[in-house]
Amino acid sequence: MFIVIINSKKCKGCGLCIQACPKQCISYSKQFNKIGYHWAVMIKKDACTGCSFCYMVCPDICIKIYEKAN
Amino acid sequence: MKKLIKGNVAICEGAIAAGLKSYFGYPITPQNEISTYLSKKMPELKRVFLQAESEIAAINMVLGASVTGVRSMTSSSSPGISLKQETISYMASMQLPALIVNVQRGGPGLGNILGSQSDYFQSVKGGGHGDYKIIVLAPNSSQEMYETSYDAFDLAEKYKIPVMILVDGIIGQTMEPVEFNRITNKKNKISCNNREWVLNGCKFRTSRSIKSLFMQEGSLEKYNIELQKKYELISKNEVKYEIYMVEDADTIIVAYGISSRIAKSAVKLARKYGIKVGLLRPKTLWPFPYKIINSFAKSGVDFLSVELSHGQMLEDVKLAVNGISNVRFLGKAGGGIITEMEIIDKLRN
Amino acid sequence: MRKVFSKPKSLKSVVFSYCPGCGHGIVHRLVAECIDELKLRESTIAVAPVGCAVFTSDYFNFDITEAPHGRAPAVATGIKRTNYDKFVFTYQGDGDIAAIGIAEIIHAANRSENITVIFVNNANYGMTGGQMAPTTLIGQVTKTTPFGRDPKKEGYPIKLCEILAILEGTTYLERVSIHNPLNIVKAKQAIKKAFQCQINKMGFSMVEILSSCPTDWSMTPIEAIKWIDEKFIKCFPLGMIKNKL
Repeated sequence: MFIVIINSKKCKGCGLCIQACPKQCISYSKQFNKIGYHWAVMIKKDACTGCSFCYMVCPDICIKIYEKAN
Repeated sequence: MKKLIKGNVAICEGAIAAGLKSYFGYPITPQNEISTYLSKKMPELKRVFLQAESEIAAINMVLGASVTGVRSMTSSSSPGISLKQETISYMASMQLPALIVNVQRGGPGLGNILGSQSDYFQSVKGGGHGDYKIIVLAPNSSQEMYETSYDAFDLAEKYKIPVMILVDGIIGQTMEPVEFNRITNKKNKISCNNREWVLNGCKFRTSRSIKSLFMQEGSLEKYNIELQKKYELISKNEVKYEIYMVEDADTIIVAYGISSRIAKSAVKLARKYGIKVGLLRPKTLWPFPYKIINSFAKSGVDFLSVELSHGQMLEDVKLAVNGISNVRFLGKAGGGIITEMEIIDKLRN
Repeated sequence: MRKVFSKPKSLKSVVFSYCPGCGHGIVHRLVAECIDELKLRESTIAVAPVGCAVFTSDYFNFDITEAPHGRAPAVATGIKRTNYDKFVFTYQGDGDIAAIGIAEIIHAANRSENITVIFVNNANYGMTGGQMAPTTLIGQVTKTTPFGRDPKKEGYPIKLCEILAILEGTTYLERVSIHNPLNIVKAKQAIKKAFQCQINKMGFSMVEILSSCPTDWSMTPIEAIKWIDEKFIKCFPLGMIKNKL
């Protein structure tokens, strides 16, 4: 199982990870963060396959991916 | 043992003795002896010589070598120095030590290849953009060319500032006997004393950056004040000049480079005619010897600025005198040199 | 819990000043990852350009110096010639490298300086607000080509990789893009090969990276990567331009 952690403080809400995720696991937050953006949030945690596409396309290096042994 | 060499070659020998590790240049008359000489000498010493694609590239290569803390120099003549000014401004801001030699030729524009002293303003008033100064040294013989370039690196590194040797084509081209009287291969010569700013890979330390961009509000203002403090310190500590027969002088000639050599002969000759005249020769053009000139002015001495330009150093002499006594001018630019008799005629008028 | 992907050590933990969706961040990460993986961090001296990427000196976690506009290859030459054992690369934009600095890049390449150039091509001057660059496409609207770039007036997009390829001094030249994960992986491979070229003392290497500038292209980040796919790579074909490795 993979855990994706998105840094809500650094994220600028560009949406590239949302577009890149093949399982549509990511969406925008309803709130704004301190730098004024709707940051990206995981909405379907269980569907994540750990493909790392979101990490790869993130221009602000906000994403960390962990693997948790089942 | 003395050796007969050109002033331009003496500069090379001084720099090599001081541990010059890299030279980057581009051809232009009347300084070509420097790159010609170093193109053979530097590889023999297993040091770096590179002919760059332009004056601009050459000074930027010097910048690159300098950020890593190695002794580096470039040389050029007037139009080439104009091209280098942007990077000299960057280097002043980045506080990088280096040696820049300007063997001046006639201007403006392409001018001609005869000796001239018309780059005074460009050299001592900054030259590029922004509020900055560089140290400007003015040797007037092959012997002094050797010694000045030897000492230039210590000075540059002491204050983390580019140093310019400003000479004219005549001093650069004249052959004179030179005594190689400086200690060479001193171990500490190649490296700087304080190396805490040097980029040499972040092993065993945090990473460093050298920059001249200050975007945060107020940071540039603060940095400029810091630079100005350094310039004040240099102005206080590093003024150098030579005085000759000034004790009883009614008039003191102020001259540097080739003009000071002629002026010295003129002083000797004038004394035979009973004219009480002396010579003050700035060895540093920035910092300029304002104080000593001002103190002579206060005791009623008049001044005559003699230079191969239409009155550039004259303005600094006037600033130093500050209206207390008379300041006169004798100069020409772009061709002939001033003769002793022209100086004496001026003194008699 | 095993960490699979996270920020490379060669990048500092700071918020980039780049606009949302800007390609610079991705290129920064790829460069930093390659530096980490090749264990070059402690021997690197990088050269930052003038343009948006001037801020790299605040983001990369290794020694880095600034260079005047366009002169990074000359500065890198000065560093490398006096420090053969150091790893030296420049990071330059299209205006920096292909307009004001084209003399420096051509001559550094021609001398086969053993340096690497990371050339980020986003088809406009980003820092100054989106003016026409040498790499701006025909018909592309920018702040200084309001009616679209007209080759009769403004000339054609400059293909720097192809220009450098004819020089005998160049060893490795590749053009890549970062508009989707597949191409990002390829871009990283290219950067790594270019770095290895320098490590093996094989001479001049450069990777041209087609990147997005959503703000100055007046597009959303998603539209911008689509524009790269549909327009940009049509004019600047991806792939190996030269490989003497």
